[in-house]
Amino acid sequence: MSVKLLLDKANIEGIRYYDAWRKNGGYAAVEKALKMTPEAIVDEVKKSGLRGRGGAGFPTGLKWSFIAKPEGVPRHLVCNADESEPGTFKDRYLMEFLPHLLIEGLIISSFALGSNVTYIYIRGEYAWIPDILEQAIAEAKAAGWLGRNILGTGFDCEIYVQRGAGAYICGEETALIESLEGKRGNPRIKPPFPAIKGVWDRPTVVNNVETLTAVVPIINMGGEEYAKIGVGKSTGTKLISACGNINKPGVYEIDMTISVEEFIYSDEYCGGIANGKRLKACIPGGSSVPILPANLLLKTAKGETRMMNYESLSDGGFATGSMLGSGGFIVFDEDQCVVRHTLTLARFYRHESCGQCSPCREGTGWMEKILKNIEFGKGKLSDIDLLWDIQRRIEGNTICPLGDAAAWPVAAAIRHFRDEFEWHVLNPQESQVRNYGLAHYADERNVVA
Amino acid sequence: MTFSPDKLNKVQEIIARYPEERQKSALLPVLHLAQEEFGGWLSVEAMDYVASLLQLEPIEVYEVATFYSMYNLKPVGKYVFEVCQTGPCMLRGSDDIIAYIQQKLGINVGETTPDGLFTLKVVECLGACGYAPMMQLGKFYREHLTKEKIDAIIEECIQNAAINN
Repeated sequence: MSVKLLLDKANIEGIRYYDAWRKNGGYAAVEKALKMTPEAIVDEVKKSGLRGRGGAGFPTGLKWSFIAKPEGVPRHLVCNADESEPGTFKDRYLMEFLPHLLIEGLIISSFALGSNVTYIYIRGEYAWIPDILEQAIAEAKAAGWLGRNILGTGFDCEIYVQRGAGAYICGEETALIESLEGKRGNPRIKPPFPAIKGVWDRPTVVNNVETLTAVVPIINMGGEEYAKIGVGKSTGTKLISACGNINKPGVYEIDMTISVEEFIYSDEYCGGIANGKRLKACIPGGSSVPILPANLLLKTAKGETRMMNYESLSDGGFATGSMLGSGGFIVFDEDQCVVRHTLTLARFYRHESCGQCSPCREGTGWMEKILKNIEFGKGKLSDIDLLWDIQRRIEGNTICPLGDAAAWPVAAAIRHFRDEFEWHVLNPQESQVRNYGLAHYADERNVVA
Repeated sequence: MTFSPDKLNKVQEIIARYPEERQKSALLPVLHLAQEEFGGWLSVEAMDYVASLLQLEPIEVYEVATFYSMYNLKPVGKYVFEVCQTGPCMLRGSDDIIAYIQQKLGINVGETTPDGLFTLKVVECLGACGYAPMMQLGKFYREHLTKEKIDAIIEECIQNAAINN
């Protein structure tokens, strides 16, 4: 039933190394792609319907087609491996266990974009992974898949790994470019877009790790076949990193035709809520996307079954829906406190704000302060409206999406769990010793059980 | 304050990854090397040395070193516990783990034990949410933390320190 295009080889012994990878069909996609024209590869990716797997979901083929090709100016592909969105740990899995899948994707994509020098920008904390990637690069080079005149095509390609040093903001593509240039990770004002002026003012494409690995099955099977998997504009497979209060946290590959309920309760995936508890809420696409209470998570406001894909998860907009985002799937059981969790996220975004734009720099700190007061029994009812007001004034008023990312979780927590915030304010002592619990948010089936 | 010949070669290797005149791009990797080489933190002297190596103004190095959370701007212990405290780890009990380490080591977050062996830091999401609670210790992650595991890790560090001395 479940289709695996990325993790299908994950359990083969020694698959991290070249010999096992090659023996199991590795580098066939590179062989095939290098006989195609770069334009034909871009076409296949367009036909596949692949959407950026970092969180934004922008069509990859379209992004590639924007790259400027001025005479005599080198172009660069940069792989965004700065995976830092809370709840997200899928790229780490790919790089750690299937490094050659990424290297293959990088060679094909570099050829399609005309990048002779390609960089993997990896978050600094993944400190052991550059060794794994560099070994895979060295193996690929020794086997003739990288370096000069690859397969006699005249195409030269080198891949280098660059470590960041601890900054969520560097996952934003222009901040990543600044960081790669040896600067603070301050996002740039767009336009110009990286496709015109990116790293060192050269045309640049920045793609997420998972996006680039997906190029390998797309070339192997053809864009049209890839597009047949999934549903609507959610084509192919998506990695979901599931965490929180579930029995089987981990990285799962789904084909986007399964329901949220199946994903949470099936033994093939999360295996249900841990410790026999009931489901309270979930953040389905990384910490920035709206949290949903169980009732709205499993069914849309229209009463339809909520599916694990881009369209269904965003059904209802922010009023009653959320987003697939990065696939960071954070599950809350009945004992969890939404106020406290929102406080940790507000603290996270305050810590990660680069400080360029005042709505984000000041607003994130202010939200954290108010949430701290509410959480520790010193809040006022008017604080809840004030929080709402602050998040609304951050959203859309900053250079990069970090402002939105900080605003949305606070907005959604208040939108769906306002009574829990009020209970904290009205019961300052009690809220220090017990959690609010499930109230009316529960998945009805579970309440009956 | 200078790098060993090995490290100097490594610096040249890194600079060669970028176009000519773009050696500033080597700044983050070279600061990592400097932190490794000079006792786990970046003194002003260390940053000035990096500036001279890459032909940058010292301020270009300071502004970068102060931006990224992995660069330590004051001395740290031999073993730095960097415990994640963001939402997904919080859901799996990171608050209790942090409290336990504080009690066990007798220090608060941000402090170093008097013997210079341990520093406790709290950090934001390290991308190991499915294996929470967790912390970074040196190059690697320690995951699925429990009080018993913390005890064992502390013991392991004490023994390693004894062997290395």
